[in-house]
Amino acid sequence: MGRWPLRVVGLSYLLVVLAAPVGLVFYRAFEHGLGPAWDAVTTPEAKHAFYLTVLIAAIAVPANTIFGVICALAIVRQRFPGKGVMNALVDLPLALSPVVVGLAFLLLYSRTGWFGSWLTDHGIQVVFALPGMILVTIFISLPFVVREVVPVLREIGTEQEQAAATLGASGWQTFRRVTFPAIRWAIAYGVVLTTARALGEFGAVSVISGHIVGKTETLTLHVEAQYQQFDYVGAYSASVVLAMLAIATLVAMTLFKPKEETR
Amino acid sequence: MAIVARSVTKRFGEFVALDDASIEVPSGSLTALLGPSGSGKSTLLRVIAGLERPESGAVELDGADVTRQAAQKRGVGFVFQHYAAFKHMTVRENVAFGLKVRKRPRAEIRKRVDDLLELVQITGWADHYPAQLSGGQRQRMALARALAVEPKVLLLDEPFGALDARVRKDLRAWLRRLHDEMHVTTIFVTHDQEEAMELADQIVLMNHGRIEQAGGPRELYEEPANEFVMGFVGPVNRLGESYVRPHDLELSSEPNGSTTAGTIERVVHLGFEVRVELLLEDGRDVWAQVTRDEAERLELAPGGSVFVRPRRTKVFEPA
Repeated sequence: MGRWPLRVVGLSYLLVVLAAPVGLVFYRAFEHGLGPAWDAVTTPEAKHAFYLTVLIAAIAVPANTIFGVICALAIVRQRFPGKGVMNALVDLPLALSPVVVGLAFLLLYSRTGWFGSWLTDHGIQVVFALPGMILVTIFISLPFVVREVVPVLREIGTEQEQAAATLGASGWQTFRRVTFPAIRWAIAYGVVLTTARALGEFGAVSVISGHIVGKTETLTLHVEAQYQQFDYVGAYSASVVLAMLAIATLVAMTLFKPKEETR
Repeated sequence: MAIVARSVTKRFGEFVALDDASIEVPSGSLTALLGPSGSGKSTLLRVIAGLERPESGAVELDGADVTRQAAQKRGVGFVFQHYAAFKHMTVRENVAFGLKVRKRPRAEIRKRVDDLLELVQITGWADHYPAQLSGGQRQRMALARALAVEPKVLLLDEPFGALDARVRKDLRAWLRRLHDEMHVTTIFVTHDQEEAMELADQIVLMNHGRIEQAGGPRELYEEPANEFVMGFVGPVNRLGESYVRPHDLELSSEPNGSTTAGTIERVVHLGFEVRVELLLEDGRDVWAQVTRDEAERLELAPGGSVFVRPRRTKVFEPA
């Protein structure tokens, strides 16, 4: 008897907070059938927004994966002055509002900013262009791989790595054959979270991109733009595309899961 | 291959783990680093392996100074206390690791690993994961993994520490036989004096990061350099300024000129050996170790009186 209230409350909560809004988006997108939805997501602007979103994620996610693992190794395996600061800095993107991040990059890289003047002189456009959007997305999605990998590195300890060293393995061989297999699941979860965050980023990209339709408009910005223009089918259909991308990420991870993990 | 450590000092923050420690291990020997926990014995082993870098001092392997050399290049086999098995690899892959990173041909690796698994008697477990093995099997796997690369020296950190008493005894005898067959210079760390006495050719006794004494098991037992050594390698009673082993206390039912009277407080029968706890007339507590026959002859029983004479005693110069 006692278990019924638990699951009823839990399930109702998920239905109201998660399933209902997402379900409604799908319903509204296909309200007038598949045709209009398909047309809405195949306009040149929508296709470009899709391309841009995937492109930004395809650069930000690998960058944060590689540097995330390096940061985690430095934090856990090494002792150096400033390590505490580094550990705290990694969490900064979680604490800062994305709009503030966007604004900060705008100030830094705009024509009058610290780096901006030099970059402008050398013909490099960061603000209101792809480089700026990639930079803020990297910033926003930076903590996830580090935060997933750090506790696992702590847990596995250093003995296996030391054993590999006494057996003649170089630093790289030790990482590839001993450390990496032990942390790869943490990395995978970190990648899923990073990807989801990168795909869904709105605030910072909104500030830095300048919303140039067909140029600096990502899928999230496209959804907002269509909504503002009362193109509801367009907005909802693009939302569905975003949701599908996220689901695809999750499914891909599940498929890559090797059999030995289920042991 | 001889191992030499010269005046090695190692600190962890304020804690001095090794304080000017020097040892010499002859080629082909089996040496025990013995001492209480925190005495620096594991740290010394790790310094020899290159897993810790000393603040000062030098390590030599076969006459060559390796103090600045990375662990990876020293050609040292190291067996960790908790085995440090590669959890995601099978037993075979674990043992093959050192050969694989050396990029040896496949057939050679397979042959060598098969031989080693047979040597350590875990052939049937080749395709299992370490988590599926017992403690003793894991230990032998760790040993096979260390031996695979034909190390010049073998270093074992508390090799039997995590095993239960019976497995410990078996593995001990097995390790001694293995060493006699292979003659790899071996150092093992232990806090168990019996283990050290039983296995080692040479014992290096450590305390507070310093070497107290090095020598054969008998030498340490019979000619201890100081009070600490005497107390650590065997039981001891203190009689004034002198020390005496419990089996060197002679008991008799009649007094003679050199005996001290005592009252029996407790008699503990341990099979062949009988422990007799006594309160001497000068108020000191001591215990004597006698054979069962002797205990019966003297009719030792709590409350009875007995006369005690030390057969041989040891007096140490104040340090």
